[in-house]
Order: sequence, then structure tokens, then C-alpha cells
Amino acid sequence: MLEYFLTEEQQMMVETAKEIAEKKIVPVRAEYDENQTFPNDVFKAIADADLTGVYIPEEYGGCSGDTPIMNMCLVTEELSKACGGISLAFAGSALGTLPIILSGGDEQKQRWLPKVASGTLAAFGITESDAGSDAASMRTTAVKDGGDYIINGSKMFITNGGEAEIYSIFAMTDKNKGARGCSCFVLEKGMPGFEFGKKEDKMGIRASATRELIFQDCRVPAANMLGREGSGFMTAMKTFDNSRPGVGSQALGIAAGALELAVEYARQRKQFGRPIIANQGLQWMLADMAMQVEAARALIYATARWIDSGAKRPTGPSAMAKCFASDVAMKVAIDAIQVFGGVGYTKEYPIEKYARDAKITQIYEGTNQIQRDEIALALIKEAARK
Amino acid sequence: MKESTLHIVVCIKQVPDTTEVRINPETNTLVRDGVESIINPFDAYAIEEGVRIRERLGEGKVTVVTMGPPQADAALREAISVGADEAVLLCSRAFAGADTWATSLTLAQAMRKLRPDVVLAGKQAIDGDTAQVGPGISCHLDWPQACYVSKIREIEKGGAVVECLMETGKEVLEVRLPAVLTVVKEINEPRLPSFKGKMRAKKAEITIWDEKAIDADPEKIGLKGSPTAVNRIFSPPRRSGGEMIEAETAGDAAKILIAKIKELRIA
Repeated sequence: MLEYFLTEEQQMMVETAKEIAEKKIVPVRAEYDENQTFPNDVFKAIADADLTGVYIPEEYGGCSGDTPIMNMCLVTEELSKACGGISLAFAGSALGTLPIILSGGDEQKQRWLPKVASGTLAAFGITESDAGSDAASMRTTAVKDGGDYIINGSKMFITNGGEAEIYSIFAMTDKNKGARGCSCFVLEKGMPGFEFGKKEDKMGIRASATRELIFQDCRVPAANMLGREGSGFMTAMKTFDNSRPGVGSQALGIAAGALELAVEYARQRKQFGRPIIANQGLQWMLADMAMQVEAARALIYATARWIDSGAKRPTGPSAMAKCFASDVAMKVAIDAIQVFGGVGYTKEYPIEKYARDAKITQIYEGTNQIQRDEIALALIKEAARK
Repeated sequence: MKESTLHIVVCIKQVPDTTEVRINPETNTLVRDGVESIINPFDAYAIEEGVRIRERLGEGKVTVVTMGPPQADAALREAISVGADEAVLLCSRAFAGADTWATSLTLAQAMRKLRPDVVLAGKQAIDGDTAQVGPGISCHLDWPQACYVSKIREIEKGGAVVECLMETGKEVLEVRLPAVLTVVKEINEPRLPSFKGKMRAKKAEITIWDEKAIDADPEKIGLKGSPTAVNRIFSPPRRSGGEMIEAETAGDAAKILIAKIKELRIA
């Protein structure tokens, strides 16, 4: 791996996460994947190790320093090397917390961020059955009623759904205004009228809970609204600008983990009287995988650092980081199975899971087609400014 | 620190990270080259227990102590990363070559200075496997000892109730404090280091004491103060495979076994 000149704090975060990955995640990943077990115990270990605070400022109980997004990326990557499903408890919680960090007032931050920093799980809810890529077409409504809002509707495919305590939920406060009529609310598990529906049975990231959220006349105090009424869509877009390098890191971790396993296996597996890694055809495959992984890492780190430095509109690079890394993850994980040969196709070995887990990173937090739209749009805007 | 708060001292040892200890046949000493050092695994349980006592009481201090070369600093920092508050390294040429008697005397001298309410240690170290140093400390100080502790039921200034693992069951002891307790792995599950713990460990000041600092009699420490003379250390030959007794039933197998024992005149 290249030298990226991480700070001392970041090196310690990586070391801490690596130890959790090796000692707490690797021993349970196959079982949790098979049984779709939510990794409450691992998430507690992550919280006990202070890692749930790495993207939260010190004044709210975290330890982000000046590099919250880079920290989030580093920890996500390290955990994902062991399991892209279990690591999602951490990454999904970060996604659910970002709206509070980016659009919350001081009082709201005081109310929720210290909880997240100390290990309370959060979730993010925007997707609906008829509002996927076209998020602005959502049907969930929030109608003002005195000092409250009454929320009705449902959300689909919500990561950490049912498991999280804190939810950043998007709803239409004014349907006539389209995207400008969307607002973001913080809901807490147990609020009357806030229920959980179907839990998805998925191809990959099976240790992660993906569940439907149902709102029936759910009364939420106006004090739980993040930012002004109508600013929800902006909050969502800003959140994605910050979170997409994180999805990229999850993909990167999956790719790097798969590559490591492939190299290890190729060195010990003998055919024709020598380790299969002695074959140039296989060496070149591994070299291509390594190049892709390193390029993804460089792009993600550069983007995360740029965001942490205060970038105003990192949308393009952020989309690139997510899109590129997830395409790399899919390719590298599939090639890793090829290196393993027949056994790689069985569940006896961990490698097939890497490919199943990789697939989702090309789909969620904006499909890679949507990412390419964002990248193209950024190109056009930049050209138009000249 | 308030008079009423508990001062917990944990004695640890840095050992080579290997289950296959190799011996240099010429020098009769352990081969340590190329072997990574770790905290003796049994001592990790002692550290964890010390930290848990402090957390349970909501106050107190955990000081970790080791006698060793300057590199043992790493073991002490690791202990801080999992929750110890302070660390003392007993380090001097004069301590070198100590057997269990001289080692426990050196640690006992440190205890006179640290004035702990309770001393915790692992039941034994995985390199020497003597299980003598912990109890030795209490003997030098004339303090009570409880070995193979699997649970600390109660602890407060002046006394503790502990469960000790025996071969046939558990023994519950009331112990007057200060005392030395050596622990077994059943007592807890040590935590992993936290990020903040690692940062604290990196920045921590490790206190270093030599023989003068602990007022140790130079005649009673190190090689000079060690009554044990190692004659020879060797790797015992591997035992051969043995014989499998096969029979229709367990009872028949037992009969054949008894006959063999009689034949060999073992019993």
C-alpha cells in the first residue's frame, strides 16, 4: 500500500478498527451472513473502542478533530476488509447522523450527537417504493399541526432499520413545491405511529438490517426538524456529498480484503507442483486488481481530505469516489473468486461473500448510473463557468 | 487520590508471543530473537479485572507494574490503552538475571512504595510457567494471598470476597486487604484497546524506578540475590504415539487396560 501520511490519530483509528475486524468480525462473519444476524455485539465493540465518535466533533462527544470524513472512510475501509455487511452498521449509522451534523442546530446536535458518539445506532430514510433514484418524488408527508408535524407514509430499504434508535427521515412538507417542499426530521424509535415493516432477505450484506419504516399519524415536535422547512432536499444532497466517499470506502475495504485473500490463497495453493501464483497469467490478474484497489483508495482519500478542508461543492469527486470504488469492488471480488477456483464458489471459503457484498455498493446511495449523471453534471457546470 | 479510593496495582510480564518456546542449547536460555513480545495473556485478565473494579466502584486508580528491560515499556503502554491509569517500569541492570524469589522481592519493594490496596496478577506467565512470583510478592510483604481467583464477589478498602478455582470446585475466601490475588482466565474477557486509550498510551509518562528508587538491598536482587541456580534446560523428547486399545465395549477396553497396567507393574 502507498504511504498516505495519515495523522497519528488516524493511524490509531486504523489500528483499533483492524483489531476489531480481526478479533470480533472475522470469527462471526460467515454465521451472521448465513443467519442474517444483526451485529449488535460487534457494534458495541466498535463503540467501546471510541470509533463511533470519529466523525463527530469533540464538543459533541466525538473525536473527529478536523478530519471527520477521512476518519469515517478509514474506519469503514478497515472494518469492511473483514465484512462489508457488518461494517455497514457503522457506515449506515454515520449516514443517518450526517444530516444532524450538516443541518442541525446546536441544541439538536447536543441532543443527539453525544448519543451517537457513545454508541447509539442511527439510520437514514429517504428511499420509498416509488421514489428511488427519483428521490424528489417521495410521497411521505409531514403536515404542520400546532407545534408538531404529523408524518404519514413509508420508507423502504432502510439500512439499520428497526435496529437504530435515531432516524433522519425525509418527508414532504409542501407537495406543490417539489424538491423545495421536502424537509428532514429526526425520529426516535418508539415514537407513537412509527413502526417497522418488512425486513429484506438479501443477496449480500446480510448481516445488515434492511427494513421498511411505516409512519401512521406519527407526531413529531417541530424541534426535531433539521434546518428550515423546505431545506430537506438540500440536506439530503449535502449528506450524499459527504457520505459517498464512505460507500466508496466500504467498497474499497471489500476489494482490498478480497485481494488480500486471493494473494494468500494463490501463494499456498499448489497445482502442477508449484504454487499457482507462479503463473504469470494469475500474477497479472492480481496486479490489475492491486492497481484498481490502489487507484480507488487514492481517489477516496483525496476526496475525503478535500471535503474535510471545507470544499463547497464536492459532488463530482464524491460521486467519482463512490462509483469508481464500487465498480472496482465488484470486479476485484469476482476476479478473486476466479483465483480461488472451485472452492471460491463455495461457502466453505469467505471469498464468494465478498462478491455478494460488493454488488450493493454499485446500487445504494445513488446507483452508479446516477453517480455518472452527477459527474457529468459537474463537468457541464464547470465548463459553463469558463 | 482520596484516602477512601482503592489503589489497584497490577503486576504484568512481557513474554514472547509464541506457544513454542525454543531454548538455546548452548546458553540454556529462551530464544527471544525474532519473536514478538506481548503481555502475558494471564496478566491481561488481571489488567481487565483491575479496570473493571475501578469502573464498578466509580473511583480508584489502576497502576500497572512490570520488571523488565526498557522494551517492556510497550507492554505498559498497551495496559494503559485498555484502561490502566499509570505505569511503573522497574528497570535496572541490577535487576537482571533474577529468579522468582528475587523478582518477587523486587516487586514487593515497589509495593512498599506504591502502597496498593490490592495487587492483581495473572496466575502464571506463559514463558516460565512457575506461578511463583504473584504469591512470592505476598510472602515478602507478609500479606494474604488468594490464587487462581475466578471471581471477585466484593471488594472495598480493607477486604474482599473472592472465588478461587480449585481442582474439584470453587473455594470462597474472605481476604483482608492489602493482599495479592492471582487470576485465571475464567474471571473475565479482556477488552480490546480503544482509540482514546491508544492515544492516552502513546502520550503517557511511564515512571521508571531502579533499585535505589525502591530502596532494594543490592544483595537480594537480580542474579546475585537469586538462590535458584539453573543446572540445565532442555527440550524433552517427544512422547511416542502410545497404544490404542480397541474393544467391543468400554468395559472390555477397561479390562484390557487394567491387565496392561498390571503387566507393566505401574500399580
